[in-house]
Amino acid sequence: MKPGRRFLVLVSAVVVVSIAAGPFLPPWALFLITVSIAKGLVALGLLLLIRTGLVSFGQGLYFAIGGYAAGTASQWLGGGDAVVMVAIGALLSAVAAAALGILLARYRTIFFAMLSLAFSMILYGLLVKSSALGSTDGFNVAPSTVAGVKAGQFGYLVFLLTVGSAAFSCVLLDAYLRSHLGRLAPAVRDNELRVEYMGASVRNIVHLNLVIAAALAGLGGGLAALTVGHVDPEMAYWTTSGEFVFIAILSGTASVLAPFLGALLLELLRSLAYEHAPNTWQLIMGSAMLLVILFLPSGLWSIFERRRRIA
Amino acid sequence: MARILETNRLTKTFGAVTAAAEISVGIEEGTIVGVIGANGAGKTTFLNLVTGYLRPTSGTVSFDGREVTGETPRRLTRLGLCRSFQIPQVFDSLTTYENLLVGLGIAKSARRAPTESTAAPEKTASELLQKFGLERYREATAKTLAEGVRKLLDIAMALTMNPRMLLLDEPTSGVSAEEKFSLMDLVLGAIRQDRVAVLFVEHDMEIVRQYTQRVLAFYEGKIIADGPSAAVLEDPAVRRYVVGEENRRSVQER
Repeated sequence: MKPGRRFLVLVSAVVVVSIAAGPFLPPWALFLITVSIAKGLVALGLLLLIRTGLVSFGQGLYFAIGGYAAGTASQWLGGGDAVVMVAIGALLSAVAAAALGILLARYRTIFFAMLSLAFSMILYGLLVKSSALGSTDGFNVAPSTVAGVKAGQFGYLVFLLTVGSAAFSCVLLDAYLRSHLGRLAPAVRDNELRVEYMGASVRNIVHLNLVIAAALAGLGGGLAALTVGHVDPEMAYWTTSGEFVFIAILSGTASVLAPFLGALLLELLRSLAYEHAPNTWQLIMGSAMLLVILFLPSGLWSIFERRRRIA
Repeated sequence: MARILETNRLTKTFGAVTAAAEISVGIEEGTIVGVIGANGAGKTTFLNLVTGYLRPTSGTVSFDGREVTGETPRRLTRLGLCRSFQIPQVFDSLTTYENLLVGLGIAKSARRAPTESTAAPEKTASELLQKFGLERYREATAKTLAEGVRKLLDIAMALTMNPRMLLLDEPTSGVSAEEKFSLMDLVLGAIRQDRVAVLFVEHDMEIVRQYTQRVLAFYEGKIIADGPSAAVLEDPAVRRYVVGEENRRSVQER
């Protein structure tokens, strides 16, 4: 089977299994999976940036914009539909990245990382100070419908929306990465001078990928806001951004499906660590990261890649 | 014949050092020009000025009848002024095939694909691999390739924009002496069909003698001789400052 088709089959299988298994999952598992996928979407955007040679420590900015935009939209619309809300979140994040990208696209390495972090912390400061948006407490987010369906079994509906959004994003991003335009991302990472000498603008490529990554982070933020039913400034805080980088490194960048696996494992590990070692759970998380870096430097997904090479 | 490239009193100084001093030269379409000179004579600076990597201190560059002084390498590449590098500049994490596809994808969006609308980038990439004898490295990651192969790939990549003029910076450096001629045959064979002007920097005088119609000899940022290859290589000043009194086969160092 062609790699492209095998990928589509895999994505479809995951979606079908999710739809079928969803109603039978206990609410805590459904919640955990939905939040993981929402965070995985942010890490998916980071995957694109890492392939372009950039690590952003400020994806929390777009995650928060997505969440707050979705929440604010639902307040203005008096409830509103979840699909509209997350779409607005993704769109606003993309617009923010289009504007900030004018500056960000000029920077690389640690300067890019720090500048992106600075922007997210500015938003954090603004959110904390704005009483209209609930200051440090944030506010509750509650749509009345999900894709037109009255929200009865709300958890399951948001779960479906999240799985659908993630599958859609994966297929689109995978197609993008295989396209002529998408192939320029690793080219920029490898040799910017040569990209310019082949007739393409490095800054435009970086800018475009920043916007795509931000849209994904905004989508993830909107979905997380719906799942949790609440937004607060922590979404823009640097530790949140750090968690996304954590997921991206844990997962590896070999496949667009990797960030979701990484996010799920991280959430599971954290839940378990938190329950069994409430005072030392960070120690467990740190050790897990250390082990992955030592033994799977290309991330969790390299397990599958290695097996395929042997087979 | 129309001039494809023309420089007028092109000058570049780095502080007190003059790397290019009032270089005025015109290159006709379809000609093959050799550039010789000792290390530090200003050959690569000339290439960097012409392709827009360096901004000249004074003087102008015209390409294809329009002034392009101060244009970026990207814009010039899109106009059809392409170059290869002394040290291969390839995309290490991509395969040989993908390296070419990057260029052909850009060319497609810039509407300069080799056979315009007819050829798909994938097809053209395969043709280029074949022309350069790189088929067996098609799926190999560029960082695993031997230096000579990277050199070929680097040159093939310069051809993806279907250039009007090609600048090659020491195409045979890092290639063994016995392979130099076959490499030049290969490269020029891949290009010559389309009446492209070629200008290449070269230290091997045998290569220069065999493949060029015209030679520019550089010394301390100036062109000390410019004319038919045989005449320039016999020029007393060139023999003294570039080739060496003994007319050694290769002059790598002064």
